Amino acid sequence: MRDLAPQVLGAVVRRFGDFSAAEDAVQEALLAAALQWPEQGVPDNPRGWLIQVAARRMIDHIRSELSRRRRDGVVLMHEPPELQVVPAPDDPVHTGRASTFGSAGSAHESEQDDTLILLFMCCHPALTRPSAIALTLRAVGGLTTAEIANAFLVPEATMAQRISRAKERIRSSGVPFRLPTDRERAERLGAVLHVLYLIFNEGYVSSVGPALQRSDLANEAIRLTRGVHNLLATDGEVAGLLALMLLTDARRQARTGPEGELIPLAEQDRALWDRRAIAEGVALISDALPRGAVGPYQLQAAIAALHDEAARAADTDWPQILALYGLLKRMSDNPMVGLNHAIAAAMVSGPAAGLELLTSLDADRRMAGHHRLHAVRAHLLEMAGDHQAAVTHYQAAAGATTSIPERNYLTTKAARLVSETASQRRDL
Amino acid sequence: MKYMLMMHAPRAGWTNAGIGTWPPEDFKAHIRFMMDFDKELKKTGELVGAEGLAGPEAARVVRANRSGAPEVTDGPFAEAKEFLAGYWIVDVENTERAYEIAARASAAPGKGGVPLNMPIEVRQVMSAPPVDM
Repeated sequence: MRDLAPQVLGAVVRRFGDFSAAEDAVQEALLAAALQWPEQGVPDNPRGWLIQVAARRMIDHIRSELSRRRRDGVVLMHEPPELQVVPAPDDPVHTGRASTFGSAGSAHESEQDDTLILLFMCCHPALTRPSAIALTLRAVGGLTTAEIANAFLVPEATMAQRISRAKERIRSSGVPFRLPTDRERAERLGAVLHVLYLIFNEGYVSSVGPALQRSDLANEAIRLTRGVHNLLATDGEVAGLLALMLLTDARRQARTGPEGELIPLAEQDRALWDRRAIAEGVALISDALPRGAVGPYQLQAAIAALHDEAARAADTDWPQILALYGLLKRMSDNPMVGLNHAIAAAMVSGPAAGLELLTSLDADRRMAGHHRLHAVRAHLLEMAGDHQAAVTHYQAAAGATTSIPERNYLTTKAARLVSETASQRRDL
Repeated sequence: MKYMLMMHAPRAGWTNAGIGTWPPEDFKAHIRFMMDFDKELKKTGELVGAEGLAGPEAARVVRANRSGAPEVTDGPFAEAKEFLAGYWIVDVENTERAYEIAARASAAPGKGGVPLNMPIEVRQVMSAPPVDM
């Protein structure tokens, strides 16, 4: 049913124009369907059913708006044209195929456009990222406000406000309901992919306690990105992002232990990795890379593929990973890339080479005191056998991280090194 | 990103120069400010939770004794310069926004409508997703 959400919303916005109210009406229609369908059975044309219910809500909304305005003494020259629009049974939107998210070629062109237009709107650069994430999950993902609030551990009322503020922002900045122009397109698609990436990251957490529900966000991000890939099959970066998500998510079962503790890549039980997801991710990236216009998501996916294809940690093709991070570093100014590049250098040429690369990051203001810089330095110092310095940096990293599983991991690393050093001294 | 904003009130003069000694209209203005502030944060979709705490006179400190039973003592706050008066938890886009909200809270009106400029401790809540190691 949620697959239908963007198509239904697109149809309602096209008919009534008011995105904000249409979005509310579709949400109500989805809630009504969630209540009625399990009892009364799924209607023959679920999409048409949802459009009809949402359209009825829209008409109610417009009527009450009109009478409110009349009460408020607003003089109307004539009835707005919306009210003359009544859903007709032979309307093409009712007879349209109820295809899911819209695999290219099978669905109406306008339906595909609608899903993309909605994504471009919800991820508009005028919105803050938290607002864009919330609105995307509701308007395109078809999640309820309660589900989104749950995933982000905030009260439902807060999330509802965030969504309505986002819609207000769209209204006031006058974003038209159409695809971006060719000139805007690259930047706008970049914003869409970034939002999808953030949703994935938010969900890609350990499966402990309240975090458990958040893993659904990773699935949701994959579902939405798959939808975009179906619509823009030739776009390398879209394919790259989908591949990156699949190749990363494939390790989900292996990356945490029974008590939710983080297990680093090198120590994961690779038998637990999801082979099907890996095969799909590898196929996607192998297909995208030779087509040219290689971007950062494709490079990250290629790196993830190299990790996933190694049967044992020792089999990892570090020279190639190092080369890919080198390319990525030239493409992006993100200091996190520099960190990973240093790790790869250490794996290829030894810890001294990695530590040498880290010194250039010390001058980067964005990295000053950052826990990841401490954590990577600690790791490389441990590799180099300087356990005392490694402990200092593990502890500094543990103090600065804002992730509980990560803090526990770093604290354990420090504690282990301390006790190993102590027992070595006793042995002497 | 979630942050906890902790409002620290000065301990000195709490009973003889504290909020209870303000003219009623100043006290009212302060309360109204706090209520409006909560409403505003709800409207921006950033408020996760907020509470005001009862005065430090009633604060107790609990420690487990040897058998694990609670051992209750008066707060060790006599020598403390400040006490926790209340907190907000907000979910915001970045640190700068958390500071902005904290500054607004800090400037809550006091006696004669003069901003209190209370210290607001800003602490990030541990809620970030971990990265791959």
